[in-house]
Amino acid sequence: MASYPTTWRRPPQIVKDRRWRLTLQIVIVIYLILAVGTVEVNWARVYDGLERGQRFVLGFLQPDFSSRWRDISQGLVESLTMTLTSTVVGVAISIPIGIGAARNLAPRWIYYICRSIIAVSRALQEVIIAIFFVAMFGFGPFAGFLTLSFATIGFIAKLLADDIEEIDEAQAEAIRATGASWWQLVNYAIQPQVMPRLIGLSLYRLDINFRESAVIGIVGAGGIGATLNTSIDRYEYDSAGAILLIIIAIVMVAEYSSSYLRKFLQ
Amino acid sequence: MLWGAWLALIALFVFCWQIMTEDTIWFFVTDAPRQAADIGGRMLPPRWSYLPELIQPLWDTLNIATLGTLGGVIMAVPVAFLAARNTTPSTTFLRPIALFIIVASRSINSLIWALLLVAIIGPGLLAGIVAIALRSIGFIGKLLYEAIEETDARQIEAIAATGASRAQVLNYGIVPQIMPAFWGITVFRWDINIRESTILGLVGAGGIGLKLQASLNTLAWSQVTVILLLILATVVLSEWVSARMRHAII
Repeated sequence: MASYPTTWRRPPQIVKDRRWRLTLQIVIVIYLILAVGTVEVNWARVYDGLERGQRFVLGFLQPDFSSRWRDISQGLVESLTMTLTSTVVGVAISIPIGIGAARNLAPRWIYYICRSIIAVSRALQEVIIAIFFVAMFGFGPFAGFLTLSFATIGFIAKLLADDIEEIDEAQAEAIRATGASWWQLVNYAIQPQVMPRLIGLSLYRLDINFRESAVIGIVGAGGIGATLNTSIDRYEYDSAGAILLIIIAIVMVAEYSSSYLRKFLQ
Repeated sequence: MLWGAWLALIALFVFCWQIMTEDTIWFFVTDAPRQAADIGGRMLPPRWSYLPELIQPLWDTLNIATLGTLGGVIMAVPVAFLAARNTTPSTTFLRPIALFIIVASRSINSLIWALLLVAIIGPGLLAGIVAIALRSIGFIGKLLYEAIEETDARQIEAIAATGASRAQVLNYGIVPQIMPAFWGITVFRWDINIRESTILGLVGAGGIGLKLQASLNTLAWSQVTVILLLILATVVLSEWVSARMRHAII
């Protein structure tokens, strides 16, 4: 009678050679030791901070909405208006760029220009862009508006362009066969196919832009982030807790409503 | 109806624009091209001799991203199992908590986490690592629990039918199915974390952002150029590595 194995081990899938696997594991362990070694922890400072951390958790549990309400509401209004205007402007600019970056619609040289605009906008962090816009346009929500609009272009135009490249060619072919001009082609063959996706993406970007608007305030571009930064600098953790709760609540509402709307549209 | 919606959107846009630009100083705006030219002039040529000073902060940035991802994964895995409908022990009680953890972590940017942690545990790498880890929970947790919910139920049933315990079902039925997704998500998040950890230094959480902050504060724009180019190169490289690795896994 043949003896059957009683245990089973999945064969390795990524690195098949045993020796290579071993070296790789050793290298990873060495790296981790080195990396952990670079972290200098000032335990006395951490110990001091524990009390502050406790105060923060308490502030989060008993948020103080009232005493800084004026600052909070102003920051909130700035963030929300900034979010909406920048999304609208960003999407409006993205549409021509997205069409230009679709290989099946645009001539070669326009394609390269539009793709490089997208690449630049995607490669730079929002915060870094915000630093530059604050330096150029001064503090306040206008710099934030420009930052978010610029960041929106990279996101929407890229996904729109990829979408246009993936459309059903048969429909475009049918419209072309009627002798349609380029504008008619875009209007009747492309637009109906990508419109639901574009609206969905814009809603998603609205959501992202609100989250980002809470961050770029830290470098001076207005919005709720500036208020949050101030309250943390002043160690007013109950106000900071209130602001964070408001951000979480708005993000949750935005996420649920945008996913509901997207489902409704498709 | 449709036109009404568009009109409402335009009206809302104009209204928001009015509120937003109430306090804008238009002189600064019209002056912006000159400012831009001025900054551009100061940024060029890049001060390449600054590069050696950036090696150590760059290494710190890599460590923040890697260790932060590791910490995030360790915390996100249990959360994901609690959040997935087919593995959670209780859908009425534990699942909403896990989902709240995921949403809370996702809605607060790592820069804000870092701001808080620098206030609590002091400036330095540790604050950056913890910030990245806390921020990663939501992303990894969300994608992982979706992967768990999409597992093939028949394989799990087959294992359960052999009389396997709960732990064995998890180990032999679910884990092998989500392993590729797990590694893909982890590498993807690591790539995002490299990007995010480059700016954490702006609020004092270590890494190359500290040098950026220092150069910005002293208006050393020619150093800012060098730092930005280095960040750009790092981000592009990590994106390439992660794309290659995900390609190999999936």
